[in-house]
Amino acid sequence: MQYLLMLYSNENGWSQMTPAEQEQGVAAYGAYTQALKTAGVLVGSNRLQPSTTATTVHVADGKSQVLDGPYVDSKEQLAGYYLIDVPDLDAALAWTARCPGASHGTIEVRPVWYM
Amino acid sequence: MTLDSAAQARSTADAVARRSYGKLVAFLAAALRDVAAAEDALSEAFATALADWPLNGCPANPEAWLLTVARRKGIDGLRRRRSGEAAAAQLQILAELDEAASTVVGDAAIPDRRLALLFACAHPAIDAGIRAPLMLQAVLGLDAKTIASAFLASPSAMGKRLGRAKQKIREAGIRFAIPACNELAGRLDGVLDAIYAAFAEGWSDPDGTDVIRRDLTAEALFLAGMVAGLLPQEPEALGLLACMLHAEARRRARRNADGDYVPLAEQDVALWDAAMIDEAETLLLRASALGHIGRYQLEAALQSAHVERRRSGRTDWTPEVQIYDALLALSGSPVIALNRALAIAELQGPRAALEIVDALGADGRLVDYQPYWAARAALLARTQAYPEARDAFDIAIGLASDPAVRRFLQGRQAVLPHCEE
Repeated sequence: MQYLLMLYSNENGWSQMTPAEQEQGVAAYGAYTQALKTAGVLVGSNRLQPSTTATTVHVADGKSQVLDGPYVDSKEQLAGYYLIDVPDLDAALAWTARCPGASHGTIEVRPVWYM
Repeated sequence: MTLDSAAQARSTADAVARRSYGKLVAFLAAALRDVAAAEDALSEAFATALADWPLNGCPANPEAWLLTVARRKGIDGLRRRRSGEAAAAQLQILAELDEAASTVVGDAAIPDRRLALLFACAHPAIDAGIRAPLMLQAVLGLDAKTIASAFLASPSAMGKRLGRAKQKIREAGIRFAIPACNELAGRLDGVLDAIYAAFAEGWSDPDGTDVIRRDLTAEALFLAGMVAGLLPQEPEALGLLACMLHAEARRRARRNADGDYVPLAEQDVALWDAAMIDEAETLLLRASALGHIGRYQLEAALQSAHVERRRSGRTDWTPEVQIYDALLALSGSPVIALNRALAIAELQGPRAALEIVDALGADGRLVDYQPYWAARAALLARTQAYPEARDAFDIAIGLASDPAVRRFLQGRQAVLPHCEE
C-alpha cells in the first residue's frame, strides 16, 4: 500500500539554525531518504519552498480566484513529503518515526486512495 | 449534591482505580471468564459510583461496593449474551463473587488473580505481538490510545487487535489460571517476554521527553515486580526484574546536559542509581541460588558485569563474552550475536569483530536494524576503513528514530579523518 507522509514544521526553525546545524539537518534527511531507497519502499519525495512562495487557486462560477499565500495560514506548514510503498500502516508508522521531520515537526500519514 | 462531595467521590474513585484496578479486573475476569466483559462491568460500576457517592457519601469499603455493582452488571451482560445452560453455569460461578464481595475488607482481602490474568493474556493461543499491549490494558487499565502510541501503531488498529484478542480469550475458552508446575516454566516465558517487550518500548525514549513511553518503563517495572513477588521461587522472574532494574538505574547517565546520547562505555558511573543496582544484584543472587539458569538471568548478569566498572573503573570483557556465548546458545538471536561481536572487539580487536559482523550481515533480519549499522561503522572506523565507515554511518543515521542517537552518530561520522579522493 502507498502512504503519503506529509511533513509539517515551523518554517522559522530553519532560518534560525546555524549553517553547521543546517548542514547536519540536510545530511540527516539524505541518510533517511537513502534508507528508504535501500529498503525499496521509496516512491517519491520532495522538499518544498517556504509557504511565503505559495499561491492558492479556486474556481467558482467559472471565475478563478488566485490568492497569495498558503491555503491554511498557521505556524506549522507543509514543508515536504515522502510517498512510500509498504505492506501496512504499522510499517508506514515505523518509517515515519525514523524521519527527522518527526522529531522537529509533525508528520501526517495518509493512505493513498487506491484506484 | 455539593461540589465538594462530587470532588471527594472522584478522588476516592481515582484512588481505588490506582490501588485496585488490576486486582478488580483480574478477579472479575476470572469469574466471568471474559476480559472484555470484566472491563465493561468494572467501568460501569465506576460510572455508577461517580453518580451515587456524591449523593449517598463514599462507602467505607469502596472496593467491595464496586465489586458488588460490577457483579450485578456482569450478570446483566451474561444474560444478554448467553442463554440457557451456558449462562446458568456461569451464574453459578458468580456466586463466588457474591461471597467475596460480602467479605472483602479493602483491597487486601480480594484474592489476587492478577497472575492468572497475565497468564491468560500471554497464552500461546494469543498472537505474540499483542500480548504485551493486552497485559498493559487488562492489568493496568491503560487505554488503547496510550498503548497504540507507545507501540507505534494506529489507535483504531490497536483497539481492534485488543478487541480481537479478548474475543479470542472468551471464544476459545482460555483458562484464567496459573499453569501447573510441569508447564509453568514454558508458559512463564510468554509472560516475561511480554513484560520485557513493554519495557523495551518505553526504553527507546530514554530521555523521557515522551511521557507515554517513559511511563511504560515504570508500568513494565511494576508488572515485573508483581510477578517476582507472586512467584518468588521462579529464578527467571527474578532475573527479568534484576535486568530491568539494572537498565533503569543507568537512565540518567544515558544523556548528557545537552540531551545528547552517551554510550555505555562513556557514561559517568556516578549518575547510576546505586539503590536500584543493589536491589538488582540481590535479586540476581537469589535467582542464581535457585539453580536454573535462563535468558533473563544471563541478561541481568551482563548488566551486572558492567557494574564492575563502578567499583574498579574498568570493564572486564572476558565474562561478558562468556555470558554472550551462553545467551547465543539459548536464543540464536542475531541481535545477541551482534552485541557479542562488540564485546569480542574489546578482547581481540575490531578486525575479529568485523569478521563476525560481516557474517551476520548475510542474515537479512539485521538489514533495517540501526544498531547493526552503527556497530559496523564504529568497527570500520577503528580499522581505519574511513570511506566504508562513513557509508555505514549514513545508513545508521537514516535508520535512527531517536534524534539524540541521530545527533550522536552524525557527530561520530563528522570526526572521521578525510582522506584524499
